[in-house]
Amino acid sequence: MSPRAAWRLEALGFSHVYDYLAGKKDWLAAGLTTEGKRAGQVRAGHLSRPDPPTCRPDERVGDVRRRLGSDGWDACIVVNDHDVVEGRIRPSDLADVDGETLVEEVMELGPTSIRPDAGLESIVKRVRNANVASILVTSSSGELLGVLYREDAERHLDE
Amino acid sequence: MPTGIDRYEVQRLVREEGAQLVEVLPRRSFEALHLPGAVSIPLKRLDMVATSVLDRTRPVIVYCYDYT
Repeated sequence: MSPRAAWRLEALGFSHVYDYLAGKKDWLAAGLTTEGKRAGQVRAGHLSRPDPPTCRPDERVGDVRRRLGSDGWDACIVVNDHDVVEGRIRPSDLADVDGETLVEEVMELGPTSIRPDAGLESIVKRVRNANVASILVTSSSGELLGVLYREDAERHLDE
Repeated sequence: MPTGIDRYEVQRLVREEGAQLVEVLPRRSFEALHLPGAVSIPLKRLDMVATSVLDRTRPVIVYCYDYT
């Protein structure tokens, strides 16, 4: 639809016309500010906990193990140099693993993630069905934004 | 020829060149949720009169929901 609108504007004499091809869906998925009647609704991105522990695929398990024990996080998120999620490490993944082992050798590949504009009710249903305590929140480009904990979402819905 | 851009370029054009955002989806969609500062001109109403609210000296960025 927007390409036709862009061409139409040029036909109407506008000379500097740009087309944001990925559109509103991409904007919402990036967790950016919006306006409108639904702008105030609490969504996954609002309740996600920012700044979870992260590591690189080429780090040693021994270093990551120490990081995992801090601040109650249940996983360390494996990201590349662009903060794009590559995997996840949970404490159970590291049991009996030598400290010199590389993260990429033991990490869970491609953990499930949601966009920050996801509705809370549908996400709570999903994590309940999957019986997981948390889910990653990423941008549409795969960049890590935070972790949504089921208990946080359930608490909000109960209020 | 219109130039396709991503959200980073959208943000830069708005910030640095005062670009105007135009949502071309139906009005109801705009009222529910739209990009900050955007105006609503549905595609079906995109004519000379409707676009008179736009400044022709500044860039215009159009958008809908996604690539479709």
